[in-house]
Amino acid sequence: MGAHNGLRGRGAGKQGFFVVLLLLAVLGYGAWRVGLEAGLDQADFTFANGAEPTSLDPTQTTGAPEGRLMRAIFEGLCVLDPKTLAPLPGMAERWEISADELTYTFHLRSGARWTNGDEVVAADFKAGFARLLDPREAAEYAYLLYCVRGAREYATNVDDSGAALRGFDTVGIRTPDARTLVVELERPVPWFLYLAAYPPLAPLNQRALDEMRAQFPNTWRIERLRPENLVTNGPWRVVERRVNDRIRLARHDQYWDRDNVAFETIDVLASEHLSTNLNLYLTGAVGFVNEVPAGVVPRLAGRADWNPTPYLATYFYRVNVTRPPLDDARVRRALALAIDRRALTSKITRAGEPPLYSWVPSAITPVTGYVPPALRTTTEDPVADYARDVAEAQRLLREAGYGPGARALRRIEIHYNTQSTNRDIAEVVARDWKLHLGLDVKLTNQEKKVALDTQRRLDYDISRSTWIADYPDPASFLEVLTQASANNRTGFADARYDALLAEALTARGAERKRLYAEAEARLLELLPIIPLFGFTTTSLVDPRLAGFHPNNLDIHFPKFWRWNADGERR
Amino acid sequence: MIRFLLRRAGWFAVTLFCVVTLSFAMMRAVRGGPFDSERALSPAIEANLKARYHLDWPLWKQYAAYVGPLELGEQRAAWLGGDGTRVFGGVLAGDFGPSFRYRDTTVNDILAQSLPISLALGGVALAFALVLGLAAGLVSAQYPRSSLDTLVRTTATIGIAVPNFVIAGFLVILFAFLVPLFPVAGYGSWEHMVLPGCALGLPFAAYIARLTRAGMLDALSFDWIRTARAKGVPPRTILLRHALRAGIVPVVSYLGPATAGILTGSLVIERIFAIPGTGSHFVNSALNRDYTLAMGVTILYTTLVCGLNVLVDVLYTWLDPRVALEEEG
Repeated sequence: MGAHNGLRGRGAGKQGFFVVLLLLAVLGYGAWRVGLEAGLDQADFTFANGAEPTSLDPTQTTGAPEGRLMRAIFEGLCVLDPKTLAPLPGMAERWEISADELTYTFHLRSGARWTNGDEVVAADFKAGFARLLDPREAAEYAYLLYCVRGAREYATNVDDSGAALRGFDTVGIRTPDARTLVVELERPVPWFLYLAAYPPLAPLNQRALDEMRAQFPNTWRIERLRPENLVTNGPWRVVERRVNDRIRLARHDQYWDRDNVAFETIDVLASEHLSTNLNLYLTGAVGFVNEVPAGVVPRLAGRADWNPTPYLATYFYRVNVTRPPLDDARVRRALALAIDRRALTSKITRAGEPPLYSWVPSAITPVTGYVPPALRTTTEDPVADYARDVAEAQRLLREAGYGPGARALRRIEIHYNTQSTNRDIAEVVARDWKLHLGLDVKLTNQEKKVALDTQRRLDYDISRSTWIADYPDPASFLEVLTQASANNRTGFADARYDALLAEALTARGAERKRLYAEAEARLLELLPIIPLFGFTTTSLVDPRLAGFHPNNLDIHFPKFWRWNADGERR
Repeated sequence: MIRFLLRRAGWFAVTLFCVVTLSFAMMRAVRGGPFDSERALSPAIEANLKARYHLDWPLWKQYAAYVGPLELGEQRAAWLGGDGTRVFGGVLAGDFGPSFRYRDTTVNDILAQSLPISLALGGVALAFALVLGLAAGLVSAQYPRSSLDTLVRTTATIGIAVPNFVIAGFLVILFAFLVPLFPVAGYGSWEHMVLPGCALGLPFAAYIARLTRAGMLDALSFDWIRTARAKGVPPRTILLRHALRAGIVPVVSYLGPATAGILTGSLVIERIFAIPGTGSHFVNSALNRDYTLAMGVTILYTTLVCGLNVLVDVLYTWLDPRVALEEEG
């Protein structure tokens, strides 16, 4: 660091004082300048959106913060009713579904415009879908469209350079005229209209993209997404973006439903720190925050702005079924039964999470009518239920040849990704297993991506996970555990389970639900996963905000948001 | 002087090379990649994604491309995996490449946007530290061993011991909730800079107060001060006009390390106050395995710290010609 001492004397002092003054002046001026440049007037509505969006390209994003933003700046064929989640007209003013549920014909409204003035036409949707499926674009959510005829073959057969081997004309997407889009499906997909409202299926203004490509042959991917170049078709357009601070949205003046868009400007704040977001909300700086710190949840009960609602996400443990003694289904079932889930949700998570005894969370029933089977029977008396479960777990372990008078179970390790709630939950689970099954449990925390890698290499006994549905259907959960699924990561492979799911693919209506229930029952018998509880939304919403409703998908379309005229509570 | 600067530049190049190479190796040695998520990618997509960011190349080639061979001509660029028309020029060309996580932006864009904000925050913190630290130190030195002195010294000791994020919490409770003077977090006006600036600057203010006190007491014991006293110069004049000049020197020498400490220490404060500076990327980029952004921030901080050290050393000679650079370098 250089010399620190021996610097005394009159000559040095005068200059030292000068240095300090000069430094103060420079610092002051710098701070003032930066402060000035940051100046943006107050937006009509501001909300804390979580992490900085990874991209403004709807085909390149998968996260929830990106989804909230995309639904403000892009509009798909449909939007979802904020309360009932029923598909409502978006860019399509109406649609027809063929009797065999295989052909969807969307009729686009006239007068819908892009921010560059172009009319939104059917070809824009075809271009958007083509880009989502194009293997060179490497869109993570491409598989959402694999239900379209020929789409999977188009997207997964590539040459050495990574380009598709087939032409896009082999995919069942047609545009008979400028305002008609026909999508042919491979099999009935009851959730297809939800997909049509999903950001990755947004249209694409091909002309704007081509212009950018010509102008910036090498960096067009980045250049075309800058606020001044980005062409969107939703209720708002992006006017400014400061990474890790905010994205400023301004109303899109040529948006077809402009008169019903209440907020002239919206600020979408990027801030991952949960306490900070909560503080911003409590001081009125933001009107909506998507997640609160786990520690404050108990203190929010009873507030008008606190409405935790179960949604389609499961908190569960993966079990490595390739490792003894966990390769024995009886042991897995014993482990699953011996956990006091009510203790987890009433003492740790405390946001009204439903304890889960199924793989598909119970929140699916109001959306699809599917009732998941359970791994145990539930009666009016939860204490007696749990006592019975524990007895059954002990019996199963004895039957498998473990316990007093037989082999001792080896030590079992629970991996979880570093987070205090995960640790607390693992501690309760370990206590239950120790207490009731005499199991020696070791807890190991790993950083998130390392934990994921551990799962992929099947280098674990028990590993904590979350699964959030991509679309409202039991298949979004059940498909995860097929042998072919890359998301399986448990070593589980069951021919009968796979066959039931394959059969359900082409089934319809009640038959379909029955097949899924049968597959899930099979899964809960073999238990490569131990479901613990279903997530609830943990958002705080300003009571004056109308058009925002907690729902089972935790999906919100900002175009419905407005202030209550008289400031009354919802 | 020139010899000194050249030698320092040489050492800087060596340091930077080591930092770049080591952090490149460490980033890649960590398990998990930038595109890993709960949802596995299909093989075709993963291959294309890796190809786009050249993650399919052998490591040495990725490293060479990252550092950025100087103008090699088409042939040799091709040998290194380029096509002669490289999109990103590499670190040597001042190009830190595309961000792996924020796919709409380059690392250069992110740093250009966030660094001025971090500097402004650091400036506020440093100004705050200087003003408060000097004032407290002067008061303390004026009335040594008084109860005021004890108070300043106790507060300073606590200030040095308590981490800045704890101070941040107290400040938020006090000045955003109990007495709502300042916004609780966020960025966009000078008010937003006050609380984070204070939280970041307080530990440094405490240290400066102690340095000032010690320096002033030292200076007050000099012969020429005694002479001034004997001549009947009023105590305040002695303190501010005569002793301060000498007493402030230790503070000036502390400014270099303090500036470096404030700039690199802002990462927690930026997170707590949602300030979009560079510090918040320091940890997040590593967690996201955003290889290029993590490297970019590391290189930037290395440069800043090395540059400040040189600046301080040069300042020494200007302040006190008795310090010779050649002996030291």
